[in-house]
Amino acid sequence: MKNKKIISILIIFLIIAGLYVLLQSLLMPKYMTKIVEGALISEYYHEKNKDHDVIFIGDCEVYENFSPITLWEEYGITSYIRGSAQQLIWHSYYLLEDTLKYEKPDVVVFSVLSMMYDEPQNEAYNRMSIDGMPLSLTKLRSAKAAMMPEEDLITYVFPLLRYHSRWNELSEEDFKYWFKKDQIAHNGYLMRVDAKPVDTFPKPRALADYKFGDICYEYLDKMTQLCKDNDIELVLLKAPSLYPHWYDEWDEQMVDYAAKNDLLYINLLDYLDEMGLDFNTDTYDAGLHLNLAGAEKTSVFFGKYLKDNFNLIDKRNDPELKALWDDKSAYYYNMEQEQYQELEEYGYLLKFNLKRTEEK
Amino acid sequence: MLFTSYEFIFFLCLLIGLYYIIPKRFQWQLLLISSFVFYYFSGWSNLLYISVTIVSTYFVSIKLNGLTKKQKAYLKENRDLSREEKKVYKEKIKSKRWGWLLLCLIFNLGILAVIKYTNFALSNINSILTLFKMNEISYVNLLLPMGISFYTFQSMSYIIDVYREKYEPERNIGKMALFVSFFPQLIQGPISRFDDLSKTLYKEHSFNAKTFSFGFQRVLWGYFKKMVIADRIITAVLTITKNPDTYDGIYVFIGMLFYALQLYADFTGGIDITIGIAQMLGIEVKENFIRPYFSKSITEYWRRWHISMGTWFKDYVFYPLSVSKPMLNISRSSRARFGDKVGKRLPVYLSTLIVWFTTGIWHGSSWNFIVWGLLNGVIILISQEFDPLYARFHERFKVKGTFGFRLFQVIRTVLLLSSLRILDCYRDVGVSFRMFVSMFTKLDIGVLFNGSLLDLGLDVSDYIVLVIGVIILIGFSLLQRSGSVREKIANKRPVLRYSVYILLFFSILILGAYGIGFDSNQFIYNQF
Repeated sequence: MKNKKIISILIIFLIIAGLYVLLQSLLMPKYMTKIVEGALISEYYHEKNKDHDVIFIGDCEVYENFSPITLWEEYGITSYIRGSAQQLIWHSYYLLEDTLKYEKPDVVVFSVLSMMYDEPQNEAYNRMSIDGMPLSLTKLRSAKAAMMPEEDLITYVFPLLRYHSRWNELSEEDFKYWFKKDQIAHNGYLMRVDAKPVDTFPKPRALADYKFGDICYEYLDKMTQLCKDNDIELVLLKAPSLYPHWYDEWDEQMVDYAAKNDLLYINLLDYLDEMGLDFNTDTYDAGLHLNLAGAEKTSVFFGKYLKDNFNLIDKRNDPELKALWDDKSAYYYNMEQEQYQELEEYGYLLKFNLKRTEEK
Repeated sequence: MLFTSYEFIFFLCLLIGLYYIIPKRFQWQLLLISSFVFYYFSGWSNLLYISVTIVSTYFVSIKLNGLTKKQKAYLKENRDLSREEKKVYKEKIKSKRWGWLLLCLIFNLGILAVIKYTNFALSNINSILTLFKMNEISYVNLLLPMGISFYTFQSMSYIIDVYREKYEPERNIGKMALFVSFFPQLIQGPISRFDDLSKTLYKEHSFNAKTFSFGFQRVLWGYFKKMVIADRIITAVLTITKNPDTYDGIYVFIGMLFYALQLYADFTGGIDITIGIAQMLGIEVKENFIRPYFSKSITEYWRRWHISMGTWFKDYVFYPLSVSKPMLNISRSSRARFGDKVGKRLPVYLSTLIVWFTTGIWHGSSWNFIVWGLLNGVIILISQEFDPLYARFHERFKVKGTFGFRLFQVIRTVLLLSSLRILDCYRDVGVSFRMFVSMFTKLDIGVLFNGSLLDLGLDVSDYIVLVIGVIILIGFSLLQRSGSVREKIANKRPVLRYSVYILLFFSILILGAYGIGFDSNQFIYNQF
């Protein structure tokens, strides 16, 4: 009798847990047809081969500006971009910590633009950077560091508590991708083939204080230490985006930090001509982010930089890896083709022009 | 710590786990510590206020009991005293006891009065000073400690009962402190009586699956009312009542009905959570509501709504006032002057109005609450006066007891109460009366059908949830008339039974108005 009662209670708890999981996966945003950058973080964990030479860490300055496929095709470098929208330095640090649970890359490239933010900025971006991580202490530490005052840590353990109110805005997308999602990115690279030439930028305003915040330095120190502890080369990088403005005072601080910690720092804004970037054709939003053409040019240049500075072996002759990357390339070129077709048909890319797509 | 906060859920789970793990003799101590921890979250200074009330009440209760014992011992030892001498001695002790009681009441009610009513008094004084073009007095910055009205009333009922020798005082100050500070009822009551609560509060409790499960169900039901209904409809209520110039006429009518629903779901939901938590701990807390919106008159409503407050005012204000010397004098002189019929009623009316004045000001330190209280009293007295007229009406038309007439009575009562609560909604007597009048002068029924209701902060899905919620509330109340709903569900087949529980749980989880995008709403009665 007692056993029967225990079994009944267990069954009820299992039913509740099952329903909870089902409802949670239904109600969480899918990021498949709009705000697709929200899907970037979780894709990494579905990757079959998590053994990369280079890991990029950062915000849109990495996931929009570098193409791992180009790095592979040009230099035989395997790489993955662990980036998400407005990924701040604490997100990046914990994401790196999480990545190192799965692999030990030779080089980690960290995009330093996020040093400009010394405090949490936006709940929506927090969710995009953290929700995709599997539950772990690292994830919780990341959430704790990133949370806005109105957020609760428990919602990162039980995301349904955050997304429950989406019940009345569920769309076809939520049901279609309830159990399985499409692949959005190419080893973390978010492709866009459209182009919008640089027009004018607002004149950079003078800042009261150019010094990066203490919290940012604290996390940069932690990242440096983490890489040293794992025998990984850390490269500090400023991507070739024209906006937000990268001040000389910021650049000097990064030069000093790299020198002090025996790291490499490269500001790609200093190599625009060498890369052959043309901001009339190589950016999709007038200089903020690069399009596919721009990302490939940057990757060709940066791949050589990596080859020159680190002992990265060309792996294109490895049959297993070749097969794997051939598949990735096929998907890459297929998407490129599709995007050009979309551009021809609609004049814009459906997934990246939410308003126009909805109006349509 | 809000009942609806994650911190509270965590606190509760931890407490319940510990409660049934530790040796039973320590259970009440754990509750005391938990209550103080719970109270600590509302601020250190608040702990000081409640501690002062506990210590002063404890000390006086022991003193009162000591005097009673002293009297008994003295009279036992001095049996040979004359009747007159005994009487003199008794009067002396009575006077001392009365002095101690008065001191305790003045001290504790004084704390409540100073904190809660100083600025109200100053605002009235300032209004007079302004009339005479004199300088205004600065307001004082006093924070109202959480639940002060509730725990002060609870401890005062205790000390008065000890004075009346209804029961012996609790000699263990820890136990006495637990009675005053028991956390589930600290926020919004009920105002428990010592002889009721102490029966189970200090007992050693073994885990009982049925009691625990029933308590848990009640907690869930409370959360459903609070989070799915009250915290959803509050958006529309605030939109209407905070913008009286935009939303008048029919909106006032909608607002008063919405507020009636919000208040019911909020307050009864909170009490469900309180009683449910206590039940999960094996402690019985008395009911505070008996389907109040099914009342057929205001008098009946006040017997079924916030029962513990109503009985408190009846036992500790109305009755003592009615038999007090000044009131008896008024009764005598009014009888002599106006005759028996009128003279008999005058002290009752006076006591009733004083009680309702007190009830009003207990709810809040502003004129709207005082007017609200007095209007309740006036309506009750008028309906008493009309009793013979009603009797004649029923004799002639034979509608009494018919379903249609009972339904009419229920609707009439709800509308009347909701109209009175306009004073609560707008918190300003002038605006409240202006809005009440606008209901009749600017009645634009079209608002109900032209989509304007969707401008109140609620969308179609919210209205659907509310309609379903109201249907469930009414259905539940109808079912409850023939006995405990939880018992009825418990007697159903397991599949059905557990489906109901699971559905309730997920309704709260999914449909609850909580988290980002929703404001964390304090329980309404917590303000009082």
